[in-house]
Amino acid sequence: MPDLIAKPALGTMPLNLGQIVLTEAPMLETHSIQPYPGQEKAVSKALKEIGLAFPKPNTWLEKAGLRIVWTGREQAFLLGGVPPAGMPAAVTDQSDGWVTLTLEGPGARDVLARLVPLDLRHVKKGDAARSGLGHMPLILITEAPDSFRLMTFRSMARTAWHEIHDAMTKVEARRAAS
Amino acid sequence: MRLTCPHCGPRDRREFYYYGASEYLNRPGPEAAPDAWDSYLHLRDNPAGVTQDLWYHEQGCTAWLKVTRNTVTHEILAVEAVAGGTK
Repeated sequence: MPDLIAKPALGTMPLNLGQIVLTEAPMLETHSIQPYPGQEKAVSKALKEIGLAFPKPNTWLEKAGLRIVWTGREQAFLLGGVPPAGMPAAVTDQSDGWVTLTLEGPGARDVLARLVPLDLRHVKKGDAARSGLGHMPLILITEAPDSFRLMTFRSMARTAWHEIHDAMTKVEARRAAS
Repeated sequence: MRLTCPHCGPRDRREFYYYGASEYLNRPGPEAAPDAWDSYLHLRDNPAGVTQDLWYHEQGCTAWLKVTRNTVTHEILAVEAVAGGTK
């Protein structure tokens, strides 16, 4: 079997505009966990083995470098590792399907306000949202009020980067002019 | 316009996809008379007032929602998940 080499979706350098930084984050192992009907508690119990639980809607949890993010009705993504075997859930490896970008710095929320239909004025660490980035699907992970991880489909990575770059340019131009 | 998704909270209309009247939840049985199917597929009221319809939270949690709204005042009276559970 040939050696398969995981490559980043973009492989670009971070983009700095003013105090806002857009970066392509390293690829993490990504598993979708969808508990079978009525099995959410059993799945949560199984996740205790790795120090986690099934997250409540619009939240994420972290333990020892493993992160679990609520991503939809009866669905969560485990990032950075492998879920325990034998859970009563549909588990799929989606590592090659997603790209993760980080957007940080004062003004990051102003950039997102141009693309994401959410009120981000009161976000805090631990918040997660399934929403849209323009017309693209988005999982928004809040690490701090001005520090976000954005996950979208890997096939849309360049479009997402372009759209965010464009919004950053406009936010920075406004700041410079004021 | 905003809908308060029972999972995600208040969200912008552009995250949702409109399907049609909530009548689609009441599918006739396989042996039902043609009249019942005709009514299910084609006959709709067009009320000036409270109506119920189905919306899909396409760019969010992907839940189907039954929305009760008023076509006169544009008030959203209730948003319920069609499938059981609220997680």
